[in-house]
Amino acid sequence: MSVVEIKELTKRFERGNVVALQDIELAIEPGEFVSLIGPSGCGKSTLLRIIGDLIKPSSGTVTVNGKPAPRARADHDYGIVFQDSVLFDWRTVAKNVALPLEMLGWDRARRKERVDEMMTLVELQGFGDHHPWQLSGGMQMRVAIARALAFAPALLLMDEPFGALDEMTRERLNMELLRIWDASKSTVVFVTHSIAEAVFLSTRVVVMSPRPGRIADIVGIDLPYPRGAQTREEPRYFELVTQVREALHLGSDLDQVPVQ
Amino acid sequence: MAVSVATTLTVLGVLVGGWELYRWIWITAGWTWPFIVDDTSMPHIHTIVQALFRRPTSGVGDVLVIQLFHAALFTAKEAVVGFAIGASVGFLLGVVMSEWRVLQRGFLPYVVASQTVPILAVAPIVVVYLGSLNVAAWFSVAVIAAYLTFFPVAINTLRGLQSTDRRAVELMHAFAANRWRVLWKLRVPAALPFIFSALRVAATASIVGAIIGEAPSSIQDGLGGYIVNFNQYYTLNPQNLWATNIVAALLGISFFLVVVGAEKIVVRRAPEHIA
Repeated sequence: MSVVEIKELTKRFERGNVVALQDIELAIEPGEFVSLIGPSGCGKSTLLRIIGDLIKPSSGTVTVNGKPAPRARADHDYGIVFQDSVLFDWRTVAKNVALPLEMLGWDRARRKERVDEMMTLVELQGFGDHHPWQLSGGMQMRVAIARALAFAPALLLMDEPFGALDEMTRERLNMELLRIWDASKSTVVFVTHSIAEAVFLSTRVVVMSPRPGRIADIVGIDLPYPRGAQTREEPRYFELVTQVREALHLGSDLDQVPVQ
Repeated sequence: MAVSVATTLTVLGVLVGGWELYRWIWITAGWTWPFIVDDTSMPHIHTIVQALFRRPTSGVGDVLVIQLFHAALFTAKEAVVGFAIGASVGFLLGVVMSEWRVLQRGFLPYVVASQTVPILAVAPIVVVYLGSLNVAAWFSVAVIAAYLTFFPVAINTLRGLQSTDRRAVELMHAFAANRWRVLWKLRVPAALPFIFSALRVAATASIVGAIIGEAPSSIQDGLGGYIVNFNQYYTLNPQNLWATNIVAALLGISFFLVVVGAEKIVVRRAPEHIA
């Protein structure tokens, strides 16, 4: 059974009569790491939000774990990470991670045990009593990941999580994320506009094109795991980066205008 | 700490010096604009301070400052109760208006209109109504103070609750949090800085409300009673009214500082977010 199954999905925004997504068909299998990549306005974030039932589709069906998306959201079938870490300033780091567990009605002892586990997973042991503003941007993002994974969801949705970080931190967190993905055995849907990041992380890269948002191409990434710093230097890595780049440019109308 | 004490003393020194300097210049130059300066309109600071430590002319009773201290405690009780009522009502109104947009459209004009009615017109009505219900007079004054305090709290609570980060709301939806949870775990804590800035305003407003409310209630035990009384004898003893004003100001400042202290304990934000 697919973790995510999208059929004949279309999303039209009434305001401005914009077709954000058209005829999206996509199935994501358990344990996959799928990146959605495309220029701004291609609807990649909208697609992620529709999977998470934060936006309703205009037509078509979305199932998560075999259930309709609203049911899956109510059942806590996915965790989500946004571009900003969206941590609550008034809560300590540990209490931020515990937030979704409070929603699930876990008792204090069980929450503490799980929070400790998650803090170890994202390598932030000893920072539980800090407040979010006392942490660096990269650390805040790790807290957001720990929070999203706190109730061990089958699916992790990530909306440009490292977009606001510097290149060094971003590359380090990419490796962190692969380790966490491997340890948590979850399925990841990852929105990004970085080709390098998408190729480095993913099992498949879904290339989207704008106006209206469509799937232009799906590139399978056959680089072996575990991936590390050396992966970025392999010839196959460069070939795949080139392949994704070409798919992106083919899909974008603007780039088809020849340069005079 | 030492720095803030030094700053406070410096500011105080400048104010006292400024008062005396202004007096001296206007009197020596004989200037009459914007008002005539003499011992009645601007008594010396030292006569005001002396007045604080003078016994009543009748010879019975405490020195003025002790009397005013007791009066301030009485007024403070009215103000604190009024503040508690006003802040609670204001907070609830803010929550109701933010959660139900229809009610916001219905309530908000009346909430605003309530503040355009002069408190001096409302106060006697409150006193008469509550008096007919055999409510203690001081409680009527508390209600008048509440009338002044609920407004800033209601408006700022509404604004705070509506300025919640949109992505944080999305996050709560992703956790399948119901409306109640979104309110208590996100909107209210996020609105606390807004609510506290309203509470600071409300703290001083509640003192003003209590003092104003004492006049139509014929309450003699509070600062309002002293102000009405000293006002009648202003031409004879202007320093008494000034002394009472100083005590009233100190009361307002103390209440304000209590709220600021509570805010420091309750509101945990990044340092740059604390106003």
